[in-house]
Amino acid sequence: MPERKIRVMVAKPGLDGHDRGARILARCFRDAGFEVIYTGCHQTPEQVAAAAIQEDVDLVGLSCLSGAHRILFPRVVELLREKNASDITVIGGGIIPEQDFQMLYDAGIQAIFTPGASLDSIVDWIRTHIQARN
Amino acid sequence: MTQNTQKICAGDVRSASRLIRDLEDRRPEARLRLRQIFPHTGRSFIIGITGSPGAGKSTLTDALIGELRKQQKTVGVLAVDPSSPFSGGALLGDRVRMLRHAEDEGVFIRSLATRGALGGLARAAGDAIHVMEAMGKDVILVETVGIGQQELDIIHHAHSIIVVLVPGMGDEIQTMKAGVMEIADVFVINKADRPGARQLRTELASLLNVSPHGPQDWIPPIVSIGNLYEPENFAKKTAELMDAVAKHHAHLVVSGQLAERTERKAVMEITDALRACILEPVLERLIADGELKKIAKRIQSRETDPFTEAEAIARRFLKTGEPS
Repeated sequence: MPERKIRVMVAKPGLDGHDRGARILARCFRDAGFEVIYTGCHQTPEQVAAAAIQEDVDLVGLSCLSGAHRILFPRVVELLREKNASDITVIGGGIIPEQDFQMLYDAGIQAIFTPGASLDSIVDWIRTHIQARN
Repeated sequence: MTQNTQKICAGDVRSASRLIRDLEDRRPEARLRLRQIFPHTGRSFIIGITGSPGAGKSTLTDALIGELRKQQKTVGVLAVDPSSPFSGGALLGDRVRMLRHAEDEGVFIRSLATRGALGGLARAAGDAIHVMEAMGKDVILVETVGIGQQELDIIHHAHSIIVVLVPGMGDEIQTMKAGVMEIADVFVINKADRPGARQLRTELASLLNVSPHGPQDWIPPIVSIGNLYEPENFAKKTAELMDAVAKHHAHLVVSGQLAERTERKAVMEITDALRACILEPVLERLIADGELKKIAKRIQSRETDPFTEAEAIARRFLKTGEPS
């Protein structure tokens, strides 16, 4: 049987237009053999959650450089739960102070990557933690 | 009706998008589900949108979604982008242009990667169309990958095809060539505010004039669409496009061509299904037990030829009925 393809979505919720990091990641995921849905900037958490379900992704990677991650990231997780899609893993990245990590983990964000994280370490994390589902 | 079929027919997005994923990943159980929903398919109007990379297919798709929603129609969208021949990965970016519809429950947008298919669509595109049909979508928009001259698989799936052209892609000889220029039911000259648009329109019109057609035949209309950043004009033009497609649909019904097109689609579907249940299992078996390589070696050294070998294999498998 052919193997499962890993599908991920890279999204930027909120009013932050700095998408260079998100684009680099999207490219890097493509080169890692994942199917990447790139949805661009300026999205509401509602749009992110709806798109993740329509696309049936295994993982959503959120990027935020504006400081609004404390509100936006947990909201995405909450919306996915409401829609019975809590099996979709949510990770986050961007300018995120260390003192916020615990709060985000508690809210259901499963991993956080900040400036300096290598591309390989992010791809490895996904390969280890996402078994393209059965 | 199984629970899953029921959910899909009731329009449940989660069940539908999972089934599409399973069909893309070729899970055997997904084929069974597809059989179960098949009786509920075949009632949607399917519009294909094709053209070169960057011609504006996704932006026009977004505009058409808007037009269809004004008419209270439910819409399914399949947006295909290429898979990498090296990594097998893909960057599916068509949604970026359609963000405003993400939360509209009357719109279901799904991106597909080609996964090696070369006809401008994904291998599972036909299956995904069926899933959206079973969901009861009134209209399904199928956006192909950016194509060249002859990635034309869309003709087997869509009832009406929009070919999107942009100015500056070559002289009028290009418009005379076989392939993509022949499949349009409606032409769009997009980015028509750019130099060369008027000339392209003239060339296209003269091409259509000299194409042989009877008095009852459909002549593809040409819709020139200008800059997205002049919203009023853009909206007027996209409404004109929607209107042209609706007229073509009416023509298909009245002329009986709709029946011809659905028959063509059925022939393709049984051909594909035969390939999947005869050729693929045989190949899988030959690859698994290493026989394919051995035969290839003998062909390479000219001990035998591919035709004799293929006939022998066909006789062997068809007679024994193996693999089941």
